[in-house]
Amino acid sequence: MNTPLHIGFIPLVDAAALLIAVDKGYTEAEGLDVTLVREVSWSNVRDKLNIGLFDAAHLLAPVAIASSLGLGHVKVPIVAPFNLGLNGNAITVSPALHAAMMEELEGDRFDPMATARALARVVAARRKLGAEPLTFGMTFPFSTHNYQLRFWMAAGGVDPDHDIHLVVLPPPFMVDSLASGQIDAFCVGAPWNAIAVDRGVGHILHFVSDILVRAAEKVLAFRRAWSDKNPDVVAALIRALQRAAEFISNPQNRAEAARLLAKPERIGVKPDIILRAIEGRLQISPAGETRSSDRFLLLGGEGASRPEPVQAAWLYAQMVRWGQAPMTPGALDTAMAVFRPDLYDAALGQPGDSASAPHLIGAFAGPPFDPTDIVGHLAAFEIGRWKPLQSS
Amino acid sequence: MGAESSPKIVIVDQSPIRAAILEEGLREAGYSGVVHISEMQSLLSRIYALDPDIILIDLENPSRDVLEQMFQVSRAVRRPIAMFVDQSDAASIQASVDAGVSAYIVDGLKKERIKPILDLCVSRFNAFAKLQDELDRAKSALEERKVIERAKGILMKLKGLTEDEAYVLLRSTAMREKKKISEIAQSILTASELLK
Repeated sequence: MNTPLHIGFIPLVDAAALLIAVDKGYTEAEGLDVTLVREVSWSNVRDKLNIGLFDAAHLLAPVAIASSLGLGHVKVPIVAPFNLGLNGNAITVSPALHAAMMEELEGDRFDPMATARALARVVAARRKLGAEPLTFGMTFPFSTHNYQLRFWMAAGGVDPDHDIHLVVLPPPFMVDSLASGQIDAFCVGAPWNAIAVDRGVGHILHFVSDILVRAAEKVLAFRRAWSDKNPDVVAALIRALQRAAEFISNPQNRAEAARLLAKPERIGVKPDIILRAIEGRLQISPAGETRSSDRFLLLGGEGASRPEPVQAAWLYAQMVRWGQAPMTPGALDTAMAVFRPDLYDAALGQPGDSASAPHLIGAFAGPPFDPTDIVGHLAAFEIGRWKPLQSS
Repeated sequence: MGAESSPKIVIVDQSPIRAAILEEGLREAGYSGVVHISEMQSLLSRIYALDPDIILIDLENPSRDVLEQMFQVSRAVRRPIAMFVDQSDAASIQASVDAGVSAYIVDGLKKERIKPILDLCVSRFNAFAKLQDELDRAKSALEERKVIERAKGILMKLKGLTEDEAYVLLRSTAMREKKKISEIAQSILTASELLK
């Protein structure tokens, strides 16, 4: 059929399944003629998907939900039938903040509760001295990075809206801003944390997998209206991406994947830095210390590609917690309906049984997440901007 | 600033030429309060200080995501700012995205007042893109000519050909291989580099 498709992406390692599906010819084998369009901002990806310049996009999971709810922008229902990545972000801090936190640390430095409390003590000490509040960078108001940073620091008693400055910075500017002292820390995806360490201007404090065991990160997004009209094309793309995700999950293929992803028109950084992200083997300090985790970034395997509505519910709960969205049952249903495991299962011809898939968020703080009781869940957290009302 | 006087417009663009073209267009159309920001550091605080009615930003600019922060309720902003999204006017949104520009406006500013500014913006952005395109094409034509000249020189030296013969050889090879003459010329340069 050779259906022409325009698909937008941001040059990040978690676009891998999409990029590899095209560059290994898997999309072509499915009869799709994909033109990949590299973009510079999430706003562009969102707008071009919304108005139909893109048929599909590599998109921040929370942006897909915000678009469907009409938050911060025009309301366009989005569906996400494929999860491009779980986890993959990290929190990187300047050498000065790292030293200050390590001095205040009580306990294991990889324990996010211990570091969050250390941060709270650093913040308190700075306030006492009359120093400027610390500034943290993240990538977008509706981003996993925003929620992950907030979740982590609030658990230690730091109010992200009052005790520090939290600012949006485009990922390519993060490392320079950390180096110049404009920001003290950031949360961003691969490869930017590794690049900061490589340049000697940052320490990786946490992999996001320390904070949440499974966190939906980027999704393959379609306009719902378009997806409804083109189910065969959507299914074909899902199959091609699944094949690519399986390719990347095989350790033997990772070097080749890294080489393909490193090309200037794709991600455009050194293959070695990409390989380290895929393998979850990162240098975390300028002095050369490395840390490995097989949970650092999941691009396939362990059911990572199947979109789980519980993940959408967790992200929606964060929007409510931080005052971006009102708490209504209708909005929760809309958010959960963005993630479409049914489309994923149908495309791959597998039974719609998700019993084997882990429904886990696995946050390091607070009670286990329960999507049927978001109000009760949020009540367990002291710091937040939400109002427990809404009777609709 | 009164509602009926000229709105204050901020142009966020890292291309000084394009910004100048747009600024000039806006001034000609009678908009006097136009400020251009080309420095992306502390973009938000500069915008808050200028307190504009309308912000125009090019879509090649990664800092567009920074502007999205202005919609966040938890931020203490003097005046709420929204992106110019009027669902009743999809064509004009499409035209602006196609041209590569996006507009953010102070909430409550009337649509009739924004539309001419956005239209002007779109036409100036398109004019700039055309200019850029012509410039790029002229540049690459010049580059191609240089490559062909150098390849001819190599052929003349190695094969003892005249300039015309060298060109005929390049052209016939290009036709046979269904490639551009400049591509054949480039492969001769690459090969001769390798064989040095």
